[in-house]
Amino acid sequence: MTALLSVTGVTVRFGGVTALENAGFDLQPGELLGLLGPNGAGKTTMMRSITGVVTPQEGRITLEGRTITELPVHQRVRLGLGLSQQIVRPFRSMSVIDNVTLAAGHAKTLSPLGALGHRHRDVERDRARELLRRVGIEEMAEAEPSSLPLGMLKRLEVARALALDPKLLLLDEPLAGLNHLEAGRLADTIVALNESGLSIILIEHNLSEVLRICQRLVVLDNGRNLAAGDPRTVMDDPAVQAAYLGSSAESQESAKESADA
Amino acid sequence: MAYEITLLTAMGIAVIFALSLNLITGFCGQISLGHAAFYGIGAYCAAMITKSGLPFPLALAAGFLLAGAIGVVVGLASLRVRHDFLAITTMGVGFLFLGIVRQQDFLGGEMGLSGIPSSGLSKPAFMALVLIIAAAVTAFSLYLKRSWMGYVFDSVADDEDTARMLGIDVARYKLAAFAMGTALAGLAGGLYAHNIRFIDPESFGFVESITVLAMVVVGGIGSVWGVILAAAVLSVLPLWLQFISDYKLLLYGALLFTVMRFSPNGMAGMVTALKRRNRASASRDPS
Repeated sequence: MTALLSVTGVTVRFGGVTALENAGFDLQPGELLGLLGPNGAGKTTMMRSITGVVTPQEGRITLEGRTITELPVHQRVRLGLGLSQQIVRPFRSMSVIDNVTLAAGHAKTLSPLGALGHRHRDVERDRARELLRRVGIEEMAEAEPSSLPLGMLKRLEVARALALDPKLLLLDEPLAGLNHLEAGRLADTIVALNESGLSIILIEHNLSEVLRICQRLVVLDNGRNLAAGDPRTVMDDPAVQAAYLGSSAESQESAKESADA
Repeated sequence: MAYEITLLTAMGIAVIFALSLNLITGFCGQISLGHAAFYGIGAYCAAMITKSGLPFPLALAAGFLLAGAIGVVVGLASLRVRHDFLAITTMGVGFLFLGIVRQQDFLGGEMGLSGIPSSGLSKPAFMALVLIIAAAVTAFSLYLKRSWMGYVFDSVADDEDTARMLGIDVARYKLAAFAMGTALAGLAGGLYAHNIRFIDPESFGFVESITVLAMVVVGGIGSVWGVILAAAVLSVLPLWLQFISDYKLLLYGALLFTVMRFSPNGMAGMVTALKRRNRASASRDPS
């Protein structure tokens, strides 16, 4: 089986600081993969390299066998990437449902001329409403994003990414800032999405939820691959435990700086 | 009656010009401080064409196309930069236009172009033409705002990076806004040249760019009706009151600053805020 996403030997440097060094992993179609690592391990830089916000100095990223390393963000999205960002960024000038409807209209927004030729939004609005129901915030459809708590906005991010009909959904800390109950509910939603056939990469700090829902883990530390495999084996790995328990606090500190750079 | 016709014609041209900038600044959120350059390109192009004996409709079309084409070139070069840089770049384009026109003898240099031929229409007919075009541009603006293009423009004006995350080719949409806005400014310029029948570089300088920006901002960024009202009022005030004409840059600059500081959504924003307040007080006090 060919990998849906393949990241090979990716190196990212910010000035003199190396955020990722020869890091990589493969994702098979239908997988729910957890991407872990201590603060500053390079998880978000990895996510940004995949979405195209950051261009790696070395390495190759392919989606369904097609090299996307040099493509701009919007083209990668058109090829099937959907991203829910760590820091929520709703369009604050639009209602919740309008945020999702715009994403659901991706076929109509491909070119300016095509967009000018279309006016009706009913189909996309119905689809948006269905997705809001799926992530459990349907009753907030008409609300302004500015008036919603973080938990709802995290769900909005997920709904908006889903509206792009992605082949691969990238979730950057969707559970961060949520209370125990909210986190559990959103994690269940993620599992349900995966079971419906969607491939997902999950970056998350909430270890208990990650261990509960992910089929496979990739652990980064200091910008390098530390471990990969099924959750139990990975968490029993002494190197992983050392990285998480902070026995090398100094190296974590330097890695944190590189991620901040 | 002749006075009213003059007034309405000037208003109509100002409305077309202001709505053209509204496509760029109002809908798509890209500040331009040099929009008068495209008004000038349309005016000079159209004037040169009728002066060479070619028909007036051809002149209008040529002004429209040339301004739009130069708009696309400027857009390609400058739309990669962001907000404040774009303001500086477009201001530079405005001064560049003036600098070039002033040095060209065939464009009349500092003296400008006089003796621009008549459009061939009577004054009332010319006014009717201007008002019909203004109505068409208004209808187009209202349609665009409700189309998917307007929807995408909203998202680009709100947050470019997030728009990219939704697969939107932000640069192309900005370029589309720039092409449409500059072409329509060129059309307004062609009408202006054949209304006044005399143009000089000063008519398309920084003061004009600030004036048209004031119309868009005071009317309410993105609000078609607000911009039309502001354009109509701000275009005739200097004709009524000499002192406004004398201190245009000062007054319109101050107006621009005041509105941006105290009511960033302009008159349209004030109306919305008032409605909201009334609704809120009505729901609080059911009597």
